[in-house]
Amino acid sequence: MSGPITDEERLLELRFPARPDRMALVRKSIRGAALDYGFDDFAIQEIVLAISEACQNVMRHSYTERETGDIVVSLSRTAERLIIRVTDFAPTVDPTKIRSRDLSDIRPGGLGVHFITELMETVEYLPGPGGVGNILLMTRKTEVSP
Amino acid sequence: MTEQVRDEGGKCVVELGGEIDLDRAPEVRSLLLDCITRGRDVLVDLSRVSYIDSSGIASLVEALQSASKNGITLGLVAISPMALRVFELARLDKVFTIYPDLDAAMTTATADQG
Repeated sequence: MSGPITDEERLLELRFPARPDRMALVRKSIRGAALDYGFDDFAIQEIVLAISEACQNVMRHSYTERETGDIVVSLSRTAERLIIRVTDFAPTVDPTKIRSRDLSDIRPGGLGVHFITELMETVEYLPGPGGVGNILLMTRKTEVSP
Repeated sequence: MTEQVRDEGGKCVVELGGEIDLDRAPEVRSLLLDCITRGRDVLVDLSRVSYIDSSGIASLVEALQSASKNGITLGLVAISPMALRVFELARLDKVFTIYPDLDAAMTTATADQG
């Protein structure tokens, strides 16, 4: 991040169980919020994809089948940026171990982190509130006037 | 269910629809691998797919690799601009054979076979 986020206006917060069958509803809600904000269809799809990939990574890598929990997706904005936070309550992840695979190695999987970094302007992994869980903080420049 | 499988022109045509994500990718993977075991070339019609993410892409990559091992082809048909963007992001748009529509897929695939 280039600096602290100031004058942040909250747009939407969703809390849901970390289950794949919840993601269609989550995407629908995010599409609605992004549309309301004035993003075009293409940008909306990219924002939805980045958030969906972030949630998938939580489901697949942070939580386990035996120890699952909730995910909180929040959207807010400043004059210049859309700010997205994906929070989980799983054991803290070492950010240095989060990386995409080599794209020339063609095999199933391993693309989520790459998609997120390609689609977002900034991506930052932070410890959760009180040191519990993880927050993925992503921002994207707004292409429209709020 | 939003998938349909049919035999057309000696090929297995798989029509997928809706959103292909972590929830639905296992179903798609199973469907495609089942088609491949039939030993016919596979065409995957994506015209009704409104959303695809890395899980959906993973199912298609696995199917492509399985097809290749079994000496058959797997092509994608009528891919939407948004889905194409996902393939481009993954640098897979040149790995898969992509046809604009089913007619083109049938004609080209038949011509390729000589």
